[in-house]
Amino acid sequence: MLAYLIFALTIGGIYALLALSLNLIWGGIGLVNLGLVGFFALGAYASALLTGAGLPVLFGWGGAIIVGAIAGLIVTLATTRLRDDYLAIVTLGLAEVIRLVALNERWLTNGSDGISGIQAPLKSALGNQGFNIFYLVLVSAVVLVVWLVLRRLDRSPYGRAMKAIREDQELAGFAGKNVLGFKVQAFAVSAAIAGLAGALYAHFQSYVSPDHFQPLITIYIFLAVAAGGVGRPAGGVLGAYVVVFFLELTRFLPDLVPALAPAQFAACREILVGVALILVLRFRPQGLLPEQILPAPKS
Amino acid sequence: MSALLAVRGLTLGFYGAQILRGVDFAIKEGTITGLIGPNGAGKSTLFNAISGLYRPSGGTVLLGEDDITGLKPHLLVRRGLVRTFQLARGFPKLSVFQHLMLYGLDQPGETLAAALLSSPASRKREQALSEKALETARRLRLGHVIDNPVTALSGGQKKLVEIGRALMADPKIILLDEPMAGVNPSLADEIAEHLIALNNGGITICLIEHDMALIKRLCDPVVVLAEGKTLVEGRFDEVAADAEVQEAYLGTRR
Repeated sequence: MLAYLIFALTIGGIYALLALSLNLIWGGIGLVNLGLVGFFALGAYASALLTGAGLPVLFGWGGAIIVGAIAGLIVTLATTRLRDDYLAIVTLGLAEVIRLVALNERWLTNGSDGISGIQAPLKSALGNQGFNIFYLVLVSAVVLVVWLVLRRLDRSPYGRAMKAIREDQELAGFAGKNVLGFKVQAFAVSAAIAGLAGALYAHFQSYVSPDHFQPLITIYIFLAVAAGGVGRPAGGVLGAYVVVFFLELTRFLPDLVPALAPAQFAACREILVGVALILVLRFRPQGLLPEQILPAPKS
Repeated sequence: MSALLAVRGLTLGFYGAQILRGVDFAIKEGTITGLIGPNGAGKSTLFNAISGLYRPSGGTVLLGEDDITGLKPHLLVRRGLVRTFQLARGFPKLSVFQHLMLYGLDQPGETLAAALLSSPASRKREQALSEKALETARRLRLGHVIDNPVTALSGGQKKLVEIGRALMADPKIILLDEPMAGVNPSLADEIAEHLIALNNGGITICLIEHDMALIKRLCDPVVVLAEGKTLVEGRFDEVAADAEVQEAYLGTRR
C-alpha cells in the first residue's frame, strides 16, 4: 500500500509539472495547447535516447528541457498567425505527429516496442523501495521549484503583460507590448517544462513507448488546470494531485461495487472523470484556487 | 510651431471599398486638434491606420521627422503615439491599477530574466511606475476603485481608465476617439478639464468628437473629414461657417 501511495504521488508530481506547463501557456498568455502530451513525449524520448547513448542522467534531463523549448519555438514561430481554435488544432495534430514518428521510426525509437532499460538514477545503490522514495522526493522538489519560479513570474511585470495578452492581444499591442515576443518565450518555457516532466517520467518508469503518450493525458491536464484554477500556478498543482487522486481512487471502486465487471468499470471510470469536470465547471467555474488580483501598494 | 504628426495622401480600402481616399492633414505640436465629420467619413479608420491597427495602402504618416507608416502598434507606443478607443476597451480580469501599470514604458521587469531575478532595475522602475499610477488614479478620481477589475466599473469610469493609461505611457501625442461619448454631461465636462490640463502639460491631442460645443471649447484647429478626404481645416468658427462643411456635415445649405 505504501509503495502504491509513493507511486501515485510521484505520478501526481509529474502531472503537476504538466499542469504548471499548461497553466503558463493557457492560464498565463491564453494559448490553447492541445498538444501538451507531444512535448511530454519529446522530453521522455530525448532523455531516454541521450542517456541510452551513454550520457549522464542530468544531461538527459537538460537535453529534454532544450528539446522541449526548441519544439515550442518551432510551433509558435510556425503558427504566428493562428490563435484560439486554430492553434489548438495545430497543436493537437503535432502531438499525434510526434506519437506516430515514435511509433514508426524504429531505428530511433524502437517503434511500438518502446525503449526499455532507461537508467534509473541511484537505483542500484538505493534498492527498489529506496529509489521510489528518492524519486518521489526528487519529483516533489522539482514541482516546488518550478511552482515557485512560475509564481514569481506570475506576479512580475512579465506576468502582468502576459495576462494582458491573454485578455486582449490587440489591445496589449496598443499598451506597447510585443505580443509575438511574449508568446514565443512563454510557449518555449512551457514546452521546456513539459519536456522536463517527460524526462522525469521516463527515468521513473525505465520504459517509454508511444502508448504512454495518448491524447487523453492532455485532457487530464486540462481537467487539472480547469479544476484547480486557470491563471494561478498553485491551482494547477492542486488540480493535478486531485485528478491523479481521483483517477487512482476509482481503481478501487470495483471492489465496492461488485455488480460491475472490470471491463464495464474501465468505461465507467472515464464517465466519472467527465462528470467530475462538468460538476466543477458548473459549481466552481473559477476553480478550487481562483486567480487573484494583487492589490495596489498603499501610497 | 512644427507639425508633430503629418498625414500625407493616406489611402486605405477594405474588400474594394475605398474608405480613406487621400487624407492630408498635420497636427501641430501643443494643439488640441479636433477631427470632425459625418458618420462614415473615415475618422476612426484614420486613427486605425495611423496607430498601426491597419496598414494603409498608400500615403505616409510622419511623427516628427520619422516615417512611421505601417509600424506595429507597440512600436508606435514606444515612440510616444498613444490612442484610445471609441468603445472603452480593457483587459476584463485586470484591475485598474494593473491597467495603469501595464502602460508604463521601458519596463525592465518584462524580460524573463529580470522578472525571475527581480533585478534592482526592474524593482526601481516598478516602484516609480506604481507611484505614478497611484497619482494618476487619484487625479482621475479612480482611487477608490483601484483594485477593482475593469469589468466592475461604470461606463464613465472606463473612459477615465482609458485616459489614465494613455497618460502612463508619457505620450507625445494622444489620439482620442470620442472620449466623452455616452457619458453624462458633468463627467464629460470633467473629462474636458482633464484634457485641457494634459494639453497644458505639453501633450498634443487629436480628438474625434461629435459634440460641437465641446469641439468649440477645446479644439483649435479643427479638421473636417468627409468621404475619406480632408475637406477643410481651420479655426472652429471658420470651419463652421464653411458652406461645404455645412453640406457634408449638417446636410443643409443656406
